[in-house]
Amino acid sequence: MHIPDGFLDTKTIVATTTLSAVGFSIALRNLKNRIIPRQVPMMGLAAAFVFVAQMLNFPIIGGTSGHLIGSVLIAVLLGPSAAVIVITLVLLVQCFFFADGGLLALGANVFNMAIVGSLFGYSIYLAIYKIIPTEKGRYLAIGFASWCSTVLASIFCAGELACAGSVNWKMAFPAMTNIHMLIGIGEGMITTLVIATIQRTRAELLSLDAHKIKASRYKEFLVYGVVIVIGLILFVLPFISKLPDGLEKVAAMLGFEYKTLVEPIVPSPIIDYQFPGIGSPVLATWIAGVVGAVVVFVLASIFSHFLAVKSEKQAH
Amino acid sequence: MRHDFIDRYSRIDSPIHRRPTWIKVVLAISNVITVVAVPISYTLFFGIIGSLLLLIAQMSKIPKIFLLKRIILLEPFIMMIAMLSLFQVNGGIIFLSIVTKSTLCLFTMILLSNTTPFSELLDFLKRLRFPHLLITILALMYRYLFVLIDEKERMHRARESRSFKKNKAHVWISKSAIIAQLFVRSTERAERIYSAMCARGWK
Repeated sequence: MHIPDGFLDTKTIVATTTLSAVGFSIALRNLKNRIIPRQVPMMGLAAAFVFVAQMLNFPIIGGTSGHLIGSVLIAVLLGPSAAVIVITLVLLVQCFFFADGGLLALGANVFNMAIVGSLFGYSIYLAIYKIIPTEKGRYLAIGFASWCSTVLASIFCAGELACAGSVNWKMAFPAMTNIHMLIGIGEGMITTLVIATIQRTRAELLSLDAHKIKASRYKEFLVYGVVIVIGLILFVLPFISKLPDGLEKVAAMLGFEYKTLVEPIVPSPIIDYQFPGIGSPVLATWIAGVVGAVVVFVLASIFSHFLAVKSEKQAH
Repeated sequence: MRHDFIDRYSRIDSPIHRRPTWIKVVLAISNVITVVAVPISYTLFFGIIGSLLLLIAQMSKIPKIFLLKRIILLEPFIMMIAMLSLFQVNGGIIFLSIVTKSTLCLFTMILLSNTTPFSELLDFLKRLRFPHLLITILALMYRYLFVLIDEKERMHRARESRSFKKNKAHVWISKSAIIAQLFVRSTERAERIYSAMCARGWK
């Protein structure tokens, strides 16, 4: 979901670009400290790889097809900072040479897909993997984290569009999130399948062990976390908090209406359900989101069960 | 696979192509910034920008069908998101504003990418003192993108010619396998590239 130019206004552009620049420089600094010359060609190849992987279309329902973003895939394979850099560079090339995603919207696209997608997704992966440190748990973690990265990126995208005044939050949020919950299933399955195949053919490439995350990395995550939280505050929370405002408005209007009514009879059942009605599509989407997340989690665990069982059979 | 699909017409000769890179980049970026910043009410401004872009397109000798195809390819995405904007108070104006600005910026970027070779763009970034690591990664990415695309095509053809089942599950499994194999081959290739670069004096 690359945002084109013209959808975001100046304040949103400035905010997203600043946040992305901060997140990107953190990732760059982390990488520079850690990278050895041997790994530089790998980064270049990884960027080309993500590019090509995004070109593959997977059939979804009917005649539509979806494609991979790959943020969690790269995060699991090369680490979160590398993922931020690689996805950002891919977005850069896509913007300049395919006009896929606007130039000024680059900040927003980088923030949504490279930063939120990679880091949030990777954190979810680590969290689940630490809780269930088996092979099955790993696949579950990867699948669910990939789904989350797609959905979260779309939530921030909706928030940015609403913040810019281009699309109403009440339209943007349900529309974006519902579609991406479906697309995310594809991302989850593909990422898990790819990691599983690599595990079976060249397991030594997947050397990252969640248990060995050193304390110093938690500090990195903290800084990333601050960047993402600021993004949340700017782009998501202002719109979520409108729900109670809506209700307060209803109360105020009812009270006002009651005062103007001549009859003393309280017309409580005849509340104008127009106003709660505006609130509820958003609420409904939130509830659907929670339910959807649980369903996806269950699906991911079933999926990972089959994958893990298969590789056990192959090992014997 | 044509090994130039990103900047296919960036090396032809025309008055536009001959101009130095920095002018094209600066003009493109400032064009995008102004188009986004100016309110839609200044219709004359947008008309002038549109005509200027068309003039540049004409002078650049890029085949018009190519330009048209690129714009048509991306217009649906703009339309789909823009349509969501109709459902609010000033919906119509916002919709018009979004579509006009998006299309103009889209056109600008397409013109820029097809009048500037990628290597010149990297050179420009180097002069701007972009981090050396990133420029190396970008250069490698560009260099090996076409190699990987060819490999993907070969693997895809091999799979297609060996499989009978065309159901969705198999398509997913086979495409995921291709991606996985691509990654594995990328790591091996990266090792060889590193050795080759070291052998030629890269640090």
